[in-house]
Amino acid sequence: MRARFFTAALTCAMALRAETIVIRNATILTVSNGTLKGSILVRDGKIADLGDQIKIPEGARIVDASGQYVMPGIIDCHSHIAIEGNVNEPSVSVSSMVDVRDVIDPEDISIYRALAGGVTTANILHGSANAVGGQTVVLKMRWGKPAREMIFEGALPGLKLALGENPKRAGSPSAGVATAARYPATRMGIEDTIRQAFLEAKAYKAKWDDYNARSARGESVLAPRKDLKLEPLKEVLEGKRFVHVHCYRADEILMLLRLADEYGFKIRTLQHALEGYKVAKEIAAHGAGVSTFSDWWSYKVEAFDAIPYNAAILQRKGVLVSINSDDAELMRRLNTEAAKAMKYGGLSETEALALVTLNPAKQLGIEDRVGSIERGKDADLVIYDKHPLSNYAKVQKVFIDGQIYFDRNEESKNWNAKQAQKQNLLQKERAN
Amino acid sequence: MRLLAALVLAGITAWAQNLQPVVIRGANIVTVSGPIIAKGTLILRDGLIEAVGTNIPIPPDAWIVEGEGLTIYPGLIDAASNWGMPPNLAPGPGRGGQNVAPPARGPEDRPATTSWVKAADELRVADPRFERVRAAGFTSAVVFPMRGIFCGQGSVVNLAGDKPAAMVLAPSAGQFLTMSPSGNGFPAALMGTIAYIRQIYLDARYYSALKDAYARDPRSMRRPDYDRALEGVLESKRILLPASRVVEIDRMLRFAAELGQPAILYGMQEGFRATELLKNVKPNTSVLVSLKWPERPRDANPADVDSYRDLELRDRAPSTPAALGKAGIPFAFYSDGLDQPRDLQKAVNKAIAAGLSRQDAVRALTLTPAEIYGVADRIGSIEKGKIANLVVTRGELFEDTTKVEMVFIDGRRYFTAPEADTSASRAPLTRENER
Repeated sequence: MRARFFTAALTCAMALRAETIVIRNATILTVSNGTLKGSILVRDGKIADLGDQIKIPEGARIVDASGQYVMPGIIDCHSHIAIEGNVNEPSVSVSSMVDVRDVIDPEDISIYRALAGGVTTANILHGSANAVGGQTVVLKMRWGKPAREMIFEGALPGLKLALGENPKRAGSPSAGVATAARYPATRMGIEDTIRQAFLEAKAYKAKWDDYNARSARGESVLAPRKDLKLEPLKEVLEGKRFVHVHCYRADEILMLLRLADEYGFKIRTLQHALEGYKVAKEIAAHGAGVSTFSDWWSYKVEAFDAIPYNAAILQRKGVLVSINSDDAELMRRLNTEAAKAMKYGGLSETEALALVTLNPAKQLGIEDRVGSIERGKDADLVIYDKHPLSNYAKVQKVFIDGQIYFDRNEESKNWNAKQAQKQNLLQKERAN
Repeated sequence: MRLLAALVLAGITAWAQNLQPVVIRGANIVTVSGPIIAKGTLILRDGLIEAVGTNIPIPPDAWIVEGEGLTIYPGLIDAASNWGMPPNLAPGPGRGGQNVAPPARGPEDRPATTSWVKAADELRVADPRFERVRAAGFTSAVVFPMRGIFCGQGSVVNLAGDKPAAMVLAPSAGQFLTMSPSGNGFPAALMGTIAYIRQIYLDARYYSALKDAYARDPRSMRRPDYDRALEGVLESKRILLPASRVVEIDRMLRFAAELGQPAILYGMQEGFRATELLKNVKPNTSVLVSLKWPERPRDANPADVDSYRDLELRDRAPSTPAALGKAGIPFAFYSDGLDQPRDLQKAVNKAIAAGLSRQDAVRALTLTPAEIYGVADRIGSIEKGKIANLVVTRGELFEDTTKVEMVFIDGRRYFTAPEADTSASRAPLTRENER
């Protein structure tokens, strides 16, 4: 019975994927190309066309969005949902051997809740307990799919670094952490730890480069030992992996930018960077993006100098900025987080929307696929009943790859049936 | 009837071990590998099955057991067990508990690893659980050290014998892995444990290559350091990986494929949702279903309402064996900590109540585990030449009213004491118990 249900669901899903959809009478917030009224044609999971002259192909499913708004799926550049077990490997200060990809939990209910908040893609990061954290992965919120199918195809994986209070906390004798005190316990020590790791990685890379060169020449040489801790650092040095850095203070940001310049790699994003506005020029010069909070501040000492103008100031200074959640709950309302940058800093509607769509897409190197409503991009779309920058807006439908993954009507329709099923199970268990 | 029992008892007292062949005649014989033989005859000699069938000439020197009303099955096999294992193997680095070792700093410290330990070397003959589980019809088990990440190598053993060495059927049955963090330094998270296991297999491959190169020509080459952790991993022919939820089943199937290891996934509580996943696995991957069905914790706060997912899991977990059976996926049962005959029987019965056929239940405790571990040429079915491990019941196995009358292990008969006595009994397994 169950198997039959799954087969049915599968066939259904496959049919959906191939389904041609027209979302019509909508206000379309393209983000990359202004706002327009009209229709979006979705075919083979992609945005095939948009505008006010769209002909409805035969057999297409019509989604009427009269009075409603369509925006690109929200992209959260900093999240820890869908991770099974600890989000940190807290035992060591250099934990680059661990990979979030190994512990994706596609059944984490936070995925569905994020989806219901309009999020279609998220950068899933290792925690910030370690100076050199773990490997990160970009997921599409394809709720119901197995772990591997949630991974954003072709998105470059990342490596998490962390500066400041969190990574030095485990080193503090007063930390009360179950593990023994460890190095580093200061900001100086954090710089040293990262430097050591990259020094080791450089030597490791040299060993492999030498081996590759010699075996290419036909010499018979034994391959060096593969070290999973140094592999991702080597990939960073080779530009094959992004670096996402947890940071707060201006001084540590400058420290890391200089260290990266010294070792010849790029910081892809500074995460949080609440004092980023103080060193915006330097950040822009390095080419790093900033993924920050809207107006969260003072929850720890290093967040005391945070200002809600951070995003706007950085943007005006030429830094690519996104707003992230770092939290399963906040993740469900990133649209209003973005809206705050209009009040604080005077960004335009489009600029505000870009903070949670096109900008994070660029930061993650996936802007050719997602982040705006354009022909040829993935049909990752969110329909709101009101303007998404309004407090009153509610997500109605969410599409990923042209497939509906959240539908408010369906959800509320099924609610009672699900409750009844649960009551049945409870009673059955009590009876036994 | 009573007279017969008395005769049998008297006979056993006089029965000289292993010298005299035993004949059971007139019993129902469930061979598992072939059809059921009604009113069949079974001849055991020197610990082996000499003949099975009907109309078999009975050797003149045989001791005869009248099998009228009895059913004979192959002895049951626990496919992953810690019966006979000491409660605490010596703590290695990063093992938790009373460890003296400093916290592990990374894979190089080989945390929570005792891959070189073999269950056969640690077997306790005097484990009181042996007698208990024999009363449930178990005659063999694949026993493993079960603490750590690389816990050690399992062995297929018989559940009775004079000395450990005589109980071992196959000393190296596979490496038992858990995904538990080490509790002392690295790794402390699931992702760390996975990274550690991955690094170990990379190291093992590198170590092999180094050793080969050194064996070819040791001159002008630094000799590779001996690494017992890697030796233990390299000599394990298969690995056992924990996988209960469907997410874990998916993850571990991929992981085993990535590591290139023949694997046995154990747990399978959510196997009822995973038949599609498991249908197309490679022939070198097998599954073990835990007999410990998930239950609401006894000390759960009555005010807490469990999630739909937990409720569904507890409701449907026992339907996993039936679902696997229907999908044609071979599986074996394992005790997972149960060692009371009543609990074991109740657990199997739960699966039967959820749709598993009695025949499939027997197979999952006999021939399938033997096949999974490559010992089906020795145990798991009643066939000529195989080891005389048998369970003799009055009534069908797993029925509530059924009584396990006796078991044979290596052709030796062991009576099963009434359960009330066994649960309290701490008597070591000695010849007295054989009466």
